[in-house]
Amino acid sequence: MAFPEPRPQAPQLPQHLLRTIDCQQGAVRAVRFNADGNYLLSCGSDKSLKLWSVSRGTPLKTYSGHGYEVLDADGSYDNSHLCSCSSDKTVILWDVATGQVTRKLRGHAGKVNCVQFNEEATIILSGSLDGTVRCWDTRSRRFEPIQVLDEARDSVSSLKVAQHELLTGSVDGRVRRYDLRMGQLHVDFISSPITCVCFSQDGQCTLSSSLDSTVRLLDKSTGEMLGEYSGHKMKGYKLDCCLSSKDTHVLSCSEDGHVYFWDLVEGSLSLKLPVGKAVVQSLSFHPTETCLLTAMEGRVQVWGAEPEDTEEDAVAT
Amino acid sequence: MASDSDSDEDFVTYGTPLEPLEEDEPLKKPVPLHEQTVKDEKGRYQRFHGAFTGGFSAGYFNTVGTKEGWAPSTFVSSRQQKVEKKHHARPEDFMDEEDFGEHGIAPREITTSQEFSSSRRDAAGEKARAVHAQAALIPGDTLLEELITPTRSSVGVELLKRMGWREGQGVGPRTKRKARRQQTAGGVYGAVLPPGEGRERERERGERDRRGRGRVTFAPKDVTPVDFNPRLGVQGFGATVVWTRAGRCWASGAEHIDCSGRSRSARSRLFGDAQRGSRRGGVAGQVGTFNGVRVGAMEDDDDEEVYHRDCMSRYDTELGGAEPGDGLYGWTAPQQYNKSKDASYLGKILEGFTLAQKPSQETTIFPPPSLPRDYRPVHRFRPSVEVLSLSGVSPALAEALRVSRGHMVKEEGGPQQGGRHQLDSSQRRALLGEDALQGPSSVLELLKPEDRERLLSLRNSSSSNVPAPKTQPPASHDALRWAGPAAVAAPEALTVWKGVQTSAQTFRPFEKNSSKQARYELYLNRLKQGDKDGLEQSLDPGMTEWERSRERDEFVRASILYRPTASSLSCRFTRAKDPEEDDGSVEVPRDQEGDVDDKQAAVNMKMFGKLTRETFEWYPDKLLCKRFNIPDPYPGYNTHTHTHTHTHTHTQGHTHTHTHTHTHTHTHTHTHTHTHRHTHRHTGTQGHTHTHTHTHTHTHTHTHTLGGHTHTLGHTHTHTHSDTHAHTHTHTCTHTQTHTRTQTHTHGHIHIYTHTHTHTHTHTHTHTHTHTHRHTHTDTHTDTQGHRDTHTHTHTHTHRHTGTQGHRDTHTHTHTHTLGDTHTHSDTHTHTHSDTHTHTHTQTHTYSLTHTHTHTHTHTHTHTHTHIHTYIHTYIHTHTHTHTHTHTHTHTHTHTHTLIQKYH
Repeated sequence: MAFPEPRPQAPQLPQHLLRTIDCQQGAVRAVRFNADGNYLLSCGSDKSLKLWSVSRGTPLKTYSGHGYEVLDADGSYDNSHLCSCSSDKTVILWDVATGQVTRKLRGHAGKVNCVQFNEEATIILSGSLDGTVRCWDTRSRRFEPIQVLDEARDSVSSLKVAQHELLTGSVDGRVRRYDLRMGQLHVDFISSPITCVCFSQDGQCTLSSSLDSTVRLLDKSTGEMLGEYSGHKMKGYKLDCCLSSKDTHVLSCSEDGHVYFWDLVEGSLSLKLPVGKAVVQSLSFHPTETCLLTAMEGRVQVWGAEPEDTEEDAVAT
Repeated sequence: MASDSDSDEDFVTYGTPLEPLEEDEPLKKPVPLHEQTVKDEKGRYQRFHGAFTGGFSAGYFNTVGTKEGWAPSTFVSSRQQKVEKKHHARPEDFMDEEDFGEHGIAPREITTSQEFSSSRRDAAGEKARAVHAQAALIPGDTLLEELITPTRSSVGVELLKRMGWREGQGVGPRTKRKARRQQTAGGVYGAVLPPGEGRERERERGERDRRGRGRVTFAPKDVTPVDFNPRLGVQGFGATVVWTRAGRCWASGAEHIDCSGRSRSARSRLFGDAQRGSRRGGVAGQVGTFNGVRVGAMEDDDDEEVYHRDCMSRYDTELGGAEPGDGLYGWTAPQQYNKSKDASYLGKILEGFTLAQKPSQETTIFPPPSLPRDYRPVHRFRPSVEVLSLSGVSPALAEALRVSRGHMVKEEGGPQQGGRHQLDSSQRRALLGEDALQGPSSVLELLKPEDRERLLSLRNSSSSNVPAPKTQPPASHDALRWAGPAAVAAPEALTVWKGVQTSAQTFRPFEKNSSKQARYELYLNRLKQGDKDGLEQSLDPGMTEWERSRERDEFVRASILYRPTASSLSCRFTRAKDPEEDDGSVEVPRDQEGDVDDKQAAVNMKMFGKLTRETFEWYPDKLLCKRFNIPDPYPGYNTHTHTHTHTHTHTQGHTHTHTHTHTHTHTHTHTHTHTHRHTHRHTGTQGHTHTHTHTHTHTHTHTHTLGGHTHTLGHTHTHTHSDTHAHTHTHTCTHTQTHTRTQTHTHGHIHIYTHTHTHTHTHTHTHTHTHTHRHTHTDTHTDTQGHRDTHTHTHTHTHRHTGTQGHRDTHTHTHTHTLGDTHTHSDTHTHTHSDTHTHTHTQTHTYSLTHTHTHTHTHTHTHTHTHIHTYIHTYIHTHTHTHTHTHTHTHTHTHTHTLIQKYH
């Protein structure tokens, strides 16, 4: 670009519905972008996991092998594997291309709420209702976890991995950050059951949403609260929250059928995106672009900053 | 052999005959080397080659017959041909045909097959004997059998049998009947001639011709084949000797002559002439001298005619000697003749010995105690298993309570069998039906109140920090004296139990004694209320001081060991409630992670930060760090600590006391074979696979030949130690093995009568094997941020073996750590199995061979085994063989697997 922008553009929000995908797999429990944001994974309550193309909204593959509804999924950095967890207490490592179960990891004593690959997809981390986080090795043939993190006093509702850190949120109202490099565990007391935790993109902050209808942004190193975002309704559902790709906004699902956008710094509500009448179950922000996925009932909606061309829109709808 | 006639047809021609020499033929020139040709058996010319090898052409251009020569065998996958038998290359596969020829290196000529040879071995029999030897009473039983192998009848013998020959008969022309008796009875010399001698036959033939009575012919007598029947059962020398004819076995060949001559002379020297038998009237001594010139008295050769020397041994000095001489020998069964003999003894009488005139002194043989019918020699371990079944009590607690004589463990018979010392005075009183004693229970109560006060204050100031409330006079007395271990542990028990709300007493350690249990529960209740003096108040003031102090210790120990489950497990559960009274609220246990109230207040005030932040040490798994591509934050403090300590201690002591006065050769063969196989497999949760395979083969061959003074001690110690460590890391292994072996042998001999000879054989074989594995591996990680970390992981395995092998049938496994100098144990988890086996094996062999010598063989095995087998075999030889065998096997296996991942 020859000339610099005369002034920075105001950050755009994904407020235009690009397309709606009817997943045909019962209620969609979670929706996730893959590593590069070109595909999405939808976790259905009909025990299936589906892979979709985001841009075209077409189904690419259905992964069936779980014994109960799929609760969370993640894709590896190289798009070669998927992992998913289910109410059937198992974690499954899938081969993307063949759709076959590469490994079925049993060990949790309760339904598995959340699952994540680490950066190199050598470890699958899964948090479960049994209050443990289990670290599964994808490289070896062992079926036992490498390590079981049983510090949580209650169900582990959410976990995220960033580089050498593991962030877990538990129903016991604590956000735990395991620092592998330092060998330390930092516990932040939030008091209300945590529904979702996130790292900020810069890795300096943690975001946690809890059942007191509040999303809090905490400083990672000290645990001090940097921001508190409220206004939405999160009382009984395990709903997701996230940060936008450039850490400008805080997003959260709400039980009133909206996705709330708060300005991160100011803490003011930027946008109240109406998704539907039901509860917004899950959301996922594109890793790089301004694109948002929301899941409500059996549908996944793709939101973008700019409305797409009409013919594509027509195709999608 | 050629017959007597000198006909040419009887010659056997070997080789190529030389050409007949003609006198006027010129001398042939020798064929030069290059013109010499050699053909193989198929007529093909072969080429000489090799000055030194001297052989023929080795195939195709001096290769192995193919153009390629020795082609290396290529890999052939055996996947598809699993079933096919694998072809094992034998040496014959690489040999030429010539090698199998008559002059080859592996000639395949016609040899006597096993069927035709007399020394045929049967594999099945050997196998059966080996199996039998396992259960044999005497461990070295098979050795004797192997030394003396039974002869097999060859085809020749069987042919002879088909032709009518019977064993025991001689081979040759048949003889007349009366010839022999005539000679024996009327012989002036009366020599008992060895049978089968041609000279005797000639003489018999002459007698027969002279008498003319030989119408019935008999087979000539023959040397009785030695019938080596393996001895079965427990027998002494010659107890059920089945020599078919007495004495014949010793007179059957020059080999025996040599043996008897030498060994007898040696024994004569050793034992003096007192042992010399009198069967041949002192002639035996001359046999020795006669044999000194290597001409056996009974040797069967014609040289005797040449060196015709009269020998006294040929003369029978007794009438009615070995044979009846009726010529029926070989026809009838040998038992016929044995019956006519002295019925007391059927065996062979040793040379130089006679049968005793008076019977040997009757030795009282006490029968072994008869075992109860339902006796089962099963060792009952300490009732750790039973304890474990009791309401989830930890073994340590159970052990502690058992040691402290808590009545938790149910013992057969109840407390009445535990002895009166296990009852307290009130129990004894209840048993006896006495009334409770009236009056003061303590001496202090007799004191005046001010004196008591003074004493209390004195002791209070001098001793403990335990406060003594004055309101409880008897308890306060005890509190003053209470300085035992319970005093130290009581505060701990208090802190453990303080504030515990659970009322259900799942573990009742003193269930046997209800009053004691009630006191214990009272004590626990007071502990829960935080009462520091709960212990004293809950004790029975009517008990004696000693009983009180004992109970104090027991209570404190039990309360500490069985602490309320404050672990994380119990924190996760709340007690179930009755549905009627369920008000929807759940009793949440007290939070352990700090003061929730403060944090909650901080949260309410939105003061996140220091107040809400807690930081703990966290130990990520090493493999997890590796997978995350970061260095282990605690390299020296690995999350997995494997400590394998194997301590095997074998101690063996042999005390052989041989007291023997007998003259014949005693062979004691003692074989130890101890095979110790220890396989330890540990699979860690990190992908470590440790496979330890210890194979110990101790072979101890111990041969005593006391008559000839032969002591053979053989030790074969095979130690196979294989370790397989499968790590996912590269590591450098340093194996250090130290073998220390100490052997001490002390030999002495005891001969009681003529020679007092003490044979004390103390055999201590201490084998110390220290195996130390030190695995040091260094991992260097470079993570994504450019950090480069190096950490060193040290993995140390220590295997220490101190030991000696044991007897094969006697095993002592003492799983204890009594040997303080050799055992190594770590603090965390020690699995201790105590097992003491006593195995007493007493053998007294009493056997009356002749009256001149008694042979007592006392074989005593003393082992530490709880199986008590007592074998008393009594047969007296005056050979006291005391074999004290102490074998202690200490096996301490400490396996510590510490997984540290909790923060503190």
